[in-house]
Amino acid sequence: MVHWDATEKQTITSFWGKVDLAADGEHSLQRLLYVYPWCRRYFHKFGDLSTISAIRKNSHVRAHGHKVLSALGDCVPHLGDIKGHLAQLSKLHCETLHVDPANFCLLGKNITICMASHFGVTFTPEVQATFEKLVTTVAAALSSEYH
Amino acid sequence: MVLWDAAEKKVIASVWAKVDIEADGFQALLRTLHVYPWTKRYFSHFGAMSTLKDIESNPKVRAHGRKVMAAVGDAISHMDNIKGHLSQLSQLHSDKLHVDPANFELLGNNIVIVLAVKLGNDAFTPEVQATFQKLVAVISSALTREYH
Repeated sequence: MVHWDATEKQTITSFWGKVDLAADGEHSLQRLLYVYPWCRRYFHKFGDLSTISAIRKNSHVRAHGHKVLSALGDCVPHLGDIKGHLAQLSKLHCETLHVDPANFCLLGKNITICMASHFGVTFTPEVQATFEKLVTTVAAALSSEYH
Repeated sequence: MVLWDAAEKKVIASVWAKVDIEADGFQALLRTLHVYPWTKRYFSHFGAMSTLKDIESNPKVRAHGRKVMAAVGDAISHMDNIKGHLSQLSQLHSDKLHVDPANFELLGNNIVIVLAVKLGNDAFTPEVQATFQKLVAVISSALTREYH
């Protein structure tokens, strides 16, 4: 079980209150799909993702980015048991979506970079450390039901 | 040999012109030491680094951050042969400093984050991110090359 101290919980809660789920979700997913192009394999049904222009204009990318970041936000009230909270989503990614779990770390990395570029200097080293712990915990939880 | 197209070279040159070697180097090293605390092991001669305040006020961290960022700048000046240019530094990190090369990637990640913080979402576009991630990956690979 992952332990979060009072400072970390406070940091996550106050930081998450300022996240723009639609814009930050979209930007995070855009970055993933552009910088790690093999990830597009999972999103054939989104249509054209062949260039950065196409990715930027793609409404499915915007919608899905929002969905993913909302799911991350849903973990915040469940910090004490992220693994349990994400068990079903983990099974879905393994059994139905067949996503290589290495990609969860890549998305986490791009969410972190998106937050750094959105929040600038308020994305301090302390916020970064706590946020990286959150995305790493979520990536591990999403991998936990893989078999 | 790593190929850089004209767009990538232009992105690197224009972003690097905005980099503050001292301030940004310091931030990249500080974030590495704080977010990945085992990396402090390599710098026990720097003195107090047990808290973030200690790291922030440690002049050796500031000096070393500057040194590392200047070395990245030098690699940029030798973009067509980063591997050759960094071969001595690679031997040093392997033979004398005994640094686990996985840590080069961690520092590289933090250089990317510092650039994201500095440039913001409008300027640190996915294209700029991809180019700089390629640069730090090439530098990490070059620094690992002489390990044995």
